Amino acid sequence: MISGRTLAQGAGCESKMSPEFFKAAAVCHLSEKDFKSLELSEGKNVLLKNEFGQVVLTAKADAGLPDSMVFIPMGPWANVIVGKETGGCGTPHFKGLEVEVAATNSPVLNIRELFSGMGVSGYV
Amino acid sequence: MIKDAVCSFCGCLCDDINVEVEGGMVKRVRHACRLGSSKIMGHGRIESPMIRKEGKLAAASFQEAYDRAAQILLAAAKPLLYGWASTSCEAAKKGILLAEEVGGVLDSTATVCHGPSVIGIEEKGLPGATLGQVKNRADTIVFWGCNPAEAHPRHSLRYSSNSCGRFTPQGREGRKIIVVDVRETRTAKNADKFVRIAPGSDYEVISALRMLVAGKGDVVPEDVGGVSKADLADIAATLKAARFGAVFFGLGITHSRGRYKNIDNALSLVAELNSHTKFVIMPMRGHYNVGGIGQVLAWSSGYPMSVDFTRGGPYFNPGETAACDLLARRDVDAALIIAADAVSNFPRATAEALADIPVIQIDPYENPTTQLSEVVIPCAVVGVEAEGTAYRMDGLALRLRKLVDSILPSDEEILVGILESVHKQRLLRANEEA
Repeated sequence: MISGRTLAQGAGCESKMSPEFFKAAAVCHLSEKDFKSLELSEGKNVLLKNEFGQVVLTAKADAGLPDSMVFIPMGPWANVIVGKETGGCGTPHFKGLEVEVAATNSPVLNIRELFSGMGVSGYV
Repeated sequence: MIKDAVCSFCGCLCDDINVEVEGGMVKRVRHACRLGSSKIMGHGRIESPMIRKEGKLAAASFQEAYDRAAQILLAAAKPLLYGWASTSCEAAKKGILLAEEVGGVLDSTATVCHGPSVIGIEEKGLPGATLGQVKNRADTIVFWGCNPAEAHPRHSLRYSSNSCGRFTPQGREGRKIIVVDVRETRTAKNADKFVRIAPGSDYEVISALRMLVAGKGDVVPEDVGGVSKADLADIAATLKAARFGAVFFGLGITHSRGRYKNIDNALSLVAELNSHTKFVIMPMRGHYNVGGIGQVLAWSSGYPMSVDFTRGGPYFNPGETAACDLLARRDVDAALIIAADAVSNFPRATAEALADIPVIQIDPYENPTTQLSEVVIPCAVVGVEAEGTAYRMDGLALRLRKLVDSILPSDEEILVGILESVHKQRLLRANEEA
């Protein structure tokens, strides 16, 4: 798994609670072959799982990706499956992570749901 | 119409933005990319300072928020003051004063971005140039692990591959563009040569190129990181044939296996190339002033990021004093997050540590960090509602202008408010003890 900037993610990164950012960042890009082999279609979800966590994302075919590689726009959804180890230089591995990918019928959590386990509460 | 405003989104700091203002509001933005337009046009804001009471954030006055923030920082044994990449150098200066005053650790978003570049550059030095030099002179440009077409959309047109300069009048036609990446990005589609490497093989591929450039190709195996030796030899020849070459690198290389050693090696490749021709190298800095906090920290403390002021003097040891390491070890007991969204941008397990300590947020916008903050202080947007100094990715300092008025204070004013409250509370405590 690699994570990084996309235009839509960048345009929405200072309005993180918006539906636009959700649409731009809660996405998993797969190669066309992987997309087909998982029997996905536009709007279907995938579950990504590794030793650090698991997250459900909307699947998207991406002709620029090689097989067996997924790309997730940088941000809170991608970071669920990023570990805290920094290798002594302060920077976690946001790219090059091993991850299992499977099709799922589970829904993608919105940003408030994503952090609901972290003592999040609303405004008065 | 405000002409030639500076965009405060990414490290390009495009300074040719025209902004139409009507009735104190931004109505239209010209010349900016999608990222810059989105920021300058503005969107949902935090409207009032807030303090958490009985588990819920409730509106408060600015002075109440400053006092509560100062109280949290004074009570902490080791507070973290994190962010700083999307605010002015003037705010950074006040932040460093505050970190010294309360004995905290000040770190910038560079540590989850180009931190490895900063470390690599410390090891080797940076053969750099201004973006103007690249525009006017570079005939060969390498984009390694970066995708400016999406992260710095106007970079190619204003400064690099597609720009027309004094000695590069043909623009894109007159330049050779090489893109090295693990995936075919939008930037790769604009390249003369796209080199797809295996994930995590940057160090090996750079080493092979160093050998080929130095005329030691006999030690290079037939395949390195998924690239054939013949291909690598072709690239090395193209690089050596440049009259003026430039390497731009991004998080594809800093976030991958090897991290700062990848940068160290890339700097060595450029040093080797300078035995044959003129070559420069530059990190593609993301947030518009992530370079600025590095500059201000470096001239005031001697270190460019992750500076620990808890020992009486500045101390720097990334891996120990970086924000992610401190939080992962649960080694800080309060945090001030300014101009950054740490909860979203840190690994989940790291961000969870923030939920267990009091957090003060200074930001124009609501984000997941807001939701677990104890104190929230909204601010004016630098470059739109407040002026200030920022450093472009090439180290050029530019003055950001104020385009419209805001009733909200600037980051700098907020930090001064918190500093004054720190002094006031210290004095009160001293008087009580006396």
